[in-house]
Amino acid sequence: MAYTEEELKKELETKEYEYGFYTDIESDTFPNGLNEEIVVAISKKKEEPEWMTEWRLEAFRIWKEMEEPEWANVTYDKPDFQAISYYSAPNKKPKYDSLDEVDPELLDTFKRLGISLDEQKKLAGVAVDIVMDSVSVATTFKKTLGEKGIIFCSISEAIREYPELVRKHLGTVVPQKDNFYAALNSAVFSDGSFCYIPKGVRCPMELSTYFRINQAGTGQFERTLVVADEGSYVSYLEGCTAPSRDENQLHAAVVELIALDDAEIKYSTVQNWFPGNKEGKGGVFNFVTKRGICEKNAKISWTQVETGSAVTWKYPSCILKGDNSIGEFYSIAVTNNFQQADTGTKMIHLGKNTRSTIISKGISAGKSQNSYRGLVQVGSRATNARNFSQCDSLLMGNECGAHTFPYIEAKNSTAQIEHEATTSKIGEDQIFYCNQRGIDTEKAIALIVNGFSKEVLNKLPMEFAVEAQKLLEISLEGSVG
Amino acid sequence: MDLKEKLVSSFLAFENNVDVDNPVHDIRTAAIKNFEAKGFPSKKEEAWKYTSLNSLQKIDFSIFPKMESNLEFKDVKKYFLNEIDTYKIVFVDGVYSSFLSETTHEGVDVCLMSSALNKPTYKAVIDVYFNKIACKDDSLTSLNTAFSKEGAYIYIPKNKIPKKPIEIIHFATGSEAAALLQPRNLIIAEENAELQIIERHQSLTTNEVLTNAVTEIYAAKNAIVDYYKIQNDAHSSSLIDNTYIDQKDASHVKVHTFSFGGKLTRNNLNFYQNGERIESTMKGVTIIEGKQLVDHHTLVHHIEPNCESHQDYKGIYDENATGVFNGKIIVEKLAQKTNAFQQNNNILVSDKASINTKPQLEIFADDVKCSHGCTIGQLDKDALFYLQSRGIPKKEARALLMYAFANNVLESVRIPELKTRINKIIANKLGVNLGFDL
Repeated sequence: MAYTEEELKKELETKEYEYGFYTDIESDTFPNGLNEEIVVAISKKKEEPEWMTEWRLEAFRIWKEMEEPEWANVTYDKPDFQAISYYSAPNKKPKYDSLDEVDPELLDTFKRLGISLDEQKKLAGVAVDIVMDSVSVATTFKKTLGEKGIIFCSISEAIREYPELVRKHLGTVVPQKDNFYAALNSAVFSDGSFCYIPKGVRCPMELSTYFRINQAGTGQFERTLVVADEGSYVSYLEGCTAPSRDENQLHAAVVELIALDDAEIKYSTVQNWFPGNKEGKGGVFNFVTKRGICEKNAKISWTQVETGSAVTWKYPSCILKGDNSIGEFYSIAVTNNFQQADTGTKMIHLGKNTRSTIISKGISAGKSQNSYRGLVQVGSRATNARNFSQCDSLLMGNECGAHTFPYIEAKNSTAQIEHEATTSKIGEDQIFYCNQRGIDTEKAIALIVNGFSKEVLNKLPMEFAVEAQKLLEISLEGSVG
Repeated sequence: MDLKEKLVSSFLAFENNVDVDNPVHDIRTAAIKNFEAKGFPSKKEEAWKYTSLNSLQKIDFSIFPKMESNLEFKDVKKYFLNEIDTYKIVFVDGVYSSFLSETTHEGVDVCLMSSALNKPTYKAVIDVYFNKIACKDDSLTSLNTAFSKEGAYIYIPKNKIPKKPIEIIHFATGSEAAALLQPRNLIIAEENAELQIIERHQSLTTNEVLTNAVTEIYAAKNAIVDYYKIQNDAHSSSLIDNTYIDQKDASHVKVHTFSFGGKLTRNNLNFYQNGERIESTMKGVTIIEGKQLVDHHTLVHHIEPNCESHQDYKGIYDENATGVFNGKIIVEKLAQKTNAFQQNNNILVSDKASINTKPQLEIFADDVKCSHGCTIGQLDKDALFYLQSRGIPKKEARALLMYAFANNVLESVRIPELKTRINKIIANKLGVNLGFDL
């Protein structure tokens, strides 16, 4: 029997958030609200040195003066920042020697998410620094990494153990006053990951952090700092799922990448926070500031697959400061039901012979709004800068919207910039062609969407590509226009 | 007193000069209120992010034009498209010059806004069309509406085609140290009507001139409107051009904008497609240098199905010139089968020149073909070498390539004499004799 579009649409709409469950782990939670005392208390709790407390307080004072930005093409009820608890940590904090000692409930959570630690340890060779409600509770493969001199730990640990490294780099790419959410994050970040790759070292495995929002009413404020010293290479993965919940959860992370001379950082994200139910209720607010700086001959590559969150506000950027540096941005953003995504990138060309590539694929279905917002800026001294941007949008159904806001600012006559954007739907002829060859409509759509997103999926590390493909299917299969 | 206060306080005096019982009195009053509330746009507004009006606001513009100045036709002949016969509506310092003009009422109305606003014969048309499509929210459009008094009024009835193209020319003589001109045009093409308009603003001195023009164009079913804007003004003049176009079923409207002169030029070109099978075309060539700034803001609002829009803007920027392009395409949910294309190509000749471009798509319908392309680059070095190796001097070779770059925008100009004229301006601008007759 033919599978009609209506049926497909219906199936998709009724598709519940598959990873929506809630793990009951006793938490040590701060009272709601935000003031200087809370900021100091967070800092104390983390046993931070005085300079760090001061740094946080400075950020808090800046944040108080700032207003929430409104320029993005999204509408939502603004979160009440005084109704959020700014710290929560699983209160059993043993340092595990092996996985057997980990809270079985936690292990079970990961199992249901399909993230089996031991399996990954054996098969994928991925060292996982798990952030569960802001505190890192398990780090694997530390030993292997240690031998190479690679530091991969939670940021609180890094502040204690490697204060001079953190102090030197923290806030250099995303300063406290950068924007409203970055300032908030700087004041109250509870945990996150820190990674340092020494000179000339090629990190032997993909580093990976799994984030989860777990405690009711807990905002997540991760802080990630990746420093790749001269001539080093690292590939970093970040992925997240969250349990379903009625009230909106705020997620305001900051990621800073520093690629020194000749270094390369590859940063991949699969984002699958709870997008809200089909009435558009609930869902995570994802307001993230991600930015990297490239010194001479360095390269930073952002790859993201955005399928979750009720509201996404995210612009992973590259500052191409050094000569011959390279910035890349590959993105797939999928929105369905009432999701809203305003995402894109900024490529700031400052050095000579800098190059950047932007490939952005937006897929919108249901009643969602999907925007690409990007900036390509070529400074007056950035001779021979080269940029290629491509933004393609795929619309499924006539109740969704696709928007493109590319800003291009060139101040150098040797700059070569190309920008292309297209908007289309899945052609009836394409589906007909597949049907004719015995491929049913649902599979045909999966095939077409996969082909549409292939350029980006190809950029993901092997281990992630599978999960990403799965997510795309969950988010989209059947939602046809 | 800053310019805004001056304008607001002059409004009463202006109203006393014109007829207060006039039905447009209410429209003017509402408009000045909106302008008073909003003021001049600042760089904080997204639409004015790259273009600042601050320096213009510091100039003490005189708002009311003096009486007609004496201009000899032989002195200004070169600004007309004198190779062919045209209707002419000419204004000198904002005042209609009957001596230089050639209007008509034979079958079609090619005449003045002031008479259209004041004579009862036109009341029915004014009621239906005046200030209907122009944005009532926009502060600069409101400013123009508040002081709207004079401009071109063109009405082409059903199935009529005027015998010749219409030229609308605004001269500024510099009788004032700094003059603010606010022409207001209304152009209506009824069913199956067809017309061609050439518009030009020309300052004859180095005194400051600021023109804040509003043009409303209504194209009814099957109407064809070709509008050519020649912006080759003195470097002391600034122009803010607000054009609003309302199109009905199967109408074709083409707007060509040639921006070569002026200190600051801002074009707000807005198309609203209120019908099916409509075609809208916007083309532009910008060649500027010095400290010039040209800012193109286009909007195409696709409201109903089966329509097309084409945009093609080319820019060449030398010295310290700044170019801005912001092309916005909105496709409403109902506007299925829309084809919308947008192209913006730029060449930066100097390291001090800059270009800010933002091709923007907002799409709510799924069965559409929309694309935009945008490039910033240089002249092809191989092509330059090829021409030089065949004995063409570098300067000419460059001019030739730049001419080729801009050429496909010129191709759709339907008045051959105008095309030649524009080619001459381009050759002049690039400082070369191309050695063949374009």
